[in-house]
Amino acid sequence: MAIELRIPTILRSYTGGAKAVEGSGSTLAELLSDVDARHGGLRDRLVDGAELRRFVNVYLNDEDVRFLGGLETPVKDGDTVTVLPAVAGGRT
Amino acid sequence: MLTLSAELQARIVAHARADHPDEACGVIAGPAGSDRPERFIPMTNAERSPTFYRFDSLEQLRVWREMDDRDEEPVVIYHSHTATGAYPSRTDVSYASEPEAHYVLVSTRDPDQAEFRSFRIIDGVVTEEDVEIIAAGGSGSGGGTVGAGGGRVPAAE
Repeated sequence: MAIELRIPTILRSYTGGAKAVEGSGSTLAELLSDVDARHGGLRDRLVDGAELRRFVNVYLNDEDVRFLGGLETPVKDGDTVTVLPAVAGGRT
Repeated sequence: MLTLSAELQARIVAHARADHPDEACGVIAGPAGSDRPERFIPMTNAERSPTFYRFDSLEQLRVWREMDDRDEEPVVIYHSHTATGAYPSRTDVSYASEPEAHYVLVSTRDPDQAEFRSFRIIDGVVTEEDVEIIAAGGSGSGGGTVGAGGGRVPAAE
């Protein structure tokens, strides 16, 4: 068993077009580092320093990780982590 | 070019009017690869703000999964500007992340005439496109193509 990471269209250039890839780790940060070892550059599109980029939403199963523990959110085998681009904008 | 039914255009404008002076936002889904906007999905503006919008993240997850299950994609992503024109702002451009989507902007600053324009936003480059409105019933009459630069939709009687 592994953790499934679901990738949005705009980031599939990093996964050879795959909609989902698998990885392992005990936290979201570890999972992203593990996946980045095989899909170089992906982590940088999601993480800025010690924070998730504000342009992306990351979900653990059905929850937004911003309301859990951010990058320190615990993950385990069988979980699904979904990445979606945030849809947002403003007047200026 | 964006091709859209008069009914869907009216629903976007009605949503923008209803939420004015806050910004309204939503999606029109269509079959993947078809470029046909068909299913109107108004979204919650989690910011409830006259100057900013953001899809509620959990609602977005639900809607995106539903589109995936139905083999749909977001053909149109729309939002309103309530005090400025219907043109993507710098923030809009920095967030735009669906290169296949038509980004529709509606301005409700004029209470009588909504400004309605459509754009592609790819790698930070904004390109306006024509909007073709198909009349209800598909007879071809009553619709029309609006050149880049914007159509104006009169307020409903």
